Amino acid sequence: MARVNRLSVRNIRKSFGTHEVLRGISLDAEDGDVISLLGASGSGKSTFLRCINLLEIANDGEIWVDGEQIRMVHRNGRSKPESHRQVDHIRSELGMVFQSFNLWSHMTILQNVIEGPIHVLRRPRSEAIAEAEALLEKVGIADKRHAYPAHLSGGQQQRAAIARALAMKPKVMLFDEPTSALDPELVGEVLRVMRALAEEGTTMLVVTHEMSFARNVSNRVVFMRDGLIDSSGTPDEMFGGGGSPAFRQFIGHFGS
Amino acid sequence: MDFAFLSSTMVTLLAALPMTLALFGCSIVLGGLLALLLVWMRTGGNPILSGFAKAYIFVFRGSPLLIQMFLVFYGLGQFGVIRYSFLWPMLREPFVCAVLSLALCTAGYTAEIFRGGIRAVSPKEIEAARSIGMSGFLLVRRILAPIAFRHALPAYSTEIVLMMKSTALASLVTVWEVTGVAQRLISHTYRTMEVFLCAAIIYLVLNFVILQAMGLLEYHLSRHRRAIPQALKA
Repeated sequence: MARVNRLSVRNIRKSFGTHEVLRGISLDAEDGDVISLLGASGSGKSTFLRCINLLEIANDGEIWVDGEQIRMVHRNGRSKPESHRQVDHIRSELGMVFQSFNLWSHMTILQNVIEGPIHVLRRPRSEAIAEAEALLEKVGIADKRHAYPAHLSGGQQQRAAIARALAMKPKVMLFDEPTSALDPELVGEVLRVMRALAEEGTTMLVVTHEMSFARNVSNRVVFMRDGLIDSSGTPDEMFGGGGSPAFRQFIGHFGS
Repeated sequence: MDFAFLSSTMVTLLAALPMTLALFGCSIVLGGLLALLLVWMRTGGNPILSGFAKAYIFVFRGSPLLIQMFLVFYGLGQFGVIRYSFLWPMLREPFVCAVLSLALCTAGYTAEIFRGGIRAVSPKEIEAARSIGMSGFLLVRRILAPIAFRHALPAYSTEIVLMMKSTALASLVTVWEVTGVAQRLISHTYRTMEVFLCAAIIYLVLNFVILQAMGLLEYHLSRHRRAIPQALKA
């Protein structure tokens, strides 16, 4: 039986005004893949991630999520999704974790986690709560479930945000620089949760500057430069001297 | 001090309290609904609707409420379309005219207050809602409106207090609410000081209750911004 790609992206292009941020990016993620997206700031990696769940609308290209293509209409050189209902559905299958957590400030941690399952997936409240509590246990903040986001440290908020995304039972998890807004001593607790998810076989696409994560946890490293994929390969290939000169120069900044 | 007169005045004025409360309640509810419609038009992105909402807000915030009330009460009847329409039996009632003009006016102010609340909602929280598949009315109902309302609440309680005081204007279009009854009493007794003092006390007590209630609501809705409860501290 042929494996269906969890995520398949073909030739994505995106411009802001005259500035072309993505110049034709293609990427496939199979079940259980953990892909690290590396690149200097401005290389387009966050924009690429945001195009996948349509927080930005790509000007051109194709996106499949779990075998379902996102239908786009092109008119007057602009493109937009054909069906908002499909966009909502696709987004519910992609768990997004943001750099600055983006928890809903007026809801407790538990309310944040059950919101999607109850109101988007229309699951029974009692089931949603039971699953949310298990997820909060898993990310290590079960004791904070009745606290509000503002009462938590950055690391705890990000773990809550991961639980919120997982509660939707997504096909693919997208991480947009999940540790970049954290104090250094809080990075480890978030990376530990992400490593555990990777080991469970979660399909993950991670925009990150954490070289240790890219090297030790992901099974593929993609290096972006100027809106294109400069080079990609297994961590061993990339970090073992196989990357492009630009990639070697890039990781040189991290002292690896 | 003539306590017998004061207490009998108080009793007379309190008899008009239900009318003041009815004016207040009806205009706040009607004005609130109208404000929601205006905010939707103003922020919805359609240039015609948004232009209409802007013009509406400008007109009703920019002209005196008393003149608006006179225009509704004395003015509308001059138009045959209205005078001979099925609406006339309602629009000839002073109470309906007063509520209508109070509601139309507060809708303009409230719409701007709500819009300020919406603008204060972090786009990141909206984005997070979109990212789990929320959109349209669900997103407004579950995320946008609850956060925006919390931001708007302090300014909105001021508007509500202003409305309570504005009901006094209805006396000028012959609605017998507290101020109207007070004036009638003065024209009979010529005891301006005592009667208006009693009326002022009634408004003060009403607004005290309203402000306490709004304060309680605000306290209840802002738990997420208060210090960490002891029980949650590690």
